[in-house]
Amino acid sequence: MARTPADLVGAQSDPPFEITFDGRRITALPGQSVAAALWGAGILAWRTTRDGGRPRGAFCGIGQCYDCLATVNGEPNRRACLVPARPGDAITTQEGHGHDRLGV
Amino acid sequence: MTASGCEPYDLVVLGAGCAGIAGAVAADELGLTVALVDASAQTGGQFYRHPAPALGAVRPEALHHDWSAYRDLGRRLAASGVTHLAGHHVWALTRDDAATDAPAGATADAPWTVHAVTGPDGAEERPARVRARAVLLATGAYERQLPFPGWTLPGVVGAGGAQAMLKSGLVLPGRSVVVAGSGPLLLAVASSLAAAGARVPAVVEASGYLRYARSPRVLATNPHKAAEALVHGAALLRHGVRLRTRSAVTEVHGTDRVEAVTVTRLDRDWRPVRGTGRRIACDALAVGHGLVPQIELATALGCATRPVPDGTLALDLDAHQETSVRGLWAAGETGGVGGAALARVEGELAGLAAAARVRGSRVPAGRVRELRRRRDRMRAFAEVMAAAHAPGPGWPGWLTDDTDVCRCEEVTAGRVRAAVTELGARDARTVKLFTRAGMGWCQGRMCGTAVACLAARDGAAVEPPSERRPLAVPVPLSVLAGLEESGETEAS
Ligand code: FES
Repeated sequence: MARTPADLVGAQSDPPFEITFDGRRITALPGQSVAAALWGAGILAWRTTRDGGRPRGAFCGIGQCYDCLATVNGEPNRRACLVPARPGDAITTQEGHGHDRLGV
Repeated sequence: MTASGCEPYDLVVLGAGCAGIAGAVAADELGLTVALVDASAQTGGQFYRHPAPALGAVRPEALHHDWSAYRDLGRRLAASGVTHLAGHHVWALTRDDAATDAPAGATADAPWTVHAVTGPDGAEERPARVRARAVLLATGAYERQLPFPGWTLPGVVGAGGAQAMLKSGLVLPGRSVVVAGSGPLLLAVASSLAAAGARVPAVVEASGYLRYARSPRVLATNPHKAAEALVHGAALLRHGVRLRTRSAVTEVHGTDRVEAVTVTRLDRDWRPVRGTGRRIACDALAVGHGLVPQIELATALGCATRPVPDGTLALDLDAHQETSVRGLWAAGETGGVGGAALARVEGELAGLAAAARVRGSRVPAGRVRELRRRRDRMRAFAEVMAAAHAPGPGWPGWLTDDTDVCRCEEVTAGRVRAAVTELGARDARTVKLFTRAGMGWCQGRMCGTAVACLAARDGAAVEPPSERRPLAVPVPLSVLAGLEESGETEAS
């Protein structure tokens, strides 16, 4: 029985690279979305809601629910399940509607 | 503006899943110029979603059922002249009727315009416009969700979502994943999660499977469906997965993430049976209650819809897959959820019909007859399946007043109920105005079914939430402003 998804499909990916999540280094595989890289590192939440400040992460996985919004390299409201991870990306937790610091 | 905005195509196909590819190659093979527009970087849609090339998957078929069918479509697509416009998020489809009176050279013979934003998540802010003589809508479906206490906790993911993340990113939401909800997708999701190394303590299905037995003729004429179920069923047995029917996850436990779920028996109406709750330890829950046809581009144009036995709305199509709006065809899940094999047949049929219309020729009768026969047989099965897994009226019994119903706007069941009982709301639209449920980012895609059920008065039939959204995806204001400047009718 395969022990990981990569074993199952015999993945021989290009070399992994690093991105950061709230300053912490994590490893991503080329071709993975930001959300997949975060899941791969065991991180399931990277946004807090506007009203309750509750943690959220990827839910629908296909760009429909907008629960996976993240701040990518300073840009808020990116759908992490769609955006490909790139070497050196700095992902940060998105708070509220993502524009809190702008005061709008 | 992209170059593609300048030249009208004979046919533009929206969606590069099974139905879309089949339609595009069928029309191309009959000599049409075809553009295949899709949000993803790769073809395949949700069913044949697969890892990006950089992940180097040697055996992508290990994650798929019937991968050879997709390989065949891929070969035909590669050999065709179809233009694949990847990374295009379509936010509107317009038809310029006035143009039929316009002088030659105007939009008269290519009245359709597809408006899209580009980039992996549509954030590139580069508007693109594609003009065409005919359109095939093959936009598929998204997952239907029914809320329950704890369903917003990290670690709770869509069943289709878990499948999508596994297929494209080779990742799992946890080590031990309960799969719950209703519909045949659950078995497929559970067997692929288990094959990929997750422990699956249970598959929890709210319906029974007995309803299928009431339609023996339809089952007998669709043996491949039974075979498919057997394949998944055998995989589950091999992995020691338990299937619990007539049950639902009625609560998720944990503070920061999932630690366990409570599984409760349901009565025939999906009402929880008191005192039957059992706790199952797990670190993730993959949940979904079937699929909802994604048809807002068509309903915005006034296309007729039909209710499906599972409580969703699908496009009402004629014998050749044309919608009630001339020149707009649809195939696959947009006409009612029925699976990949049906989608391929319908896509092909629609491609042939659109080609005949554009060229002013007749449809190839023999081929069309054969496709229609296969379509009708599989459609009949899809209707049986939809009826078998339709949510029972008692599911709101899973909710407590403080359960979030609308995930985006954090609107609780208590507030929705108050809008109904105290403010007199009787439909999802009025609830939305009172509470903001369905007004957030996802525009009601996650909460639409739940709000419609809660808004229906006791005993009244639930109206499927109408798939009306002014814009199919959020669009930066700068894009809209740019359109205004460049004029709407002529591509610059
Ligand atoms: S997980 Fe739903 S939009 Fe990304």
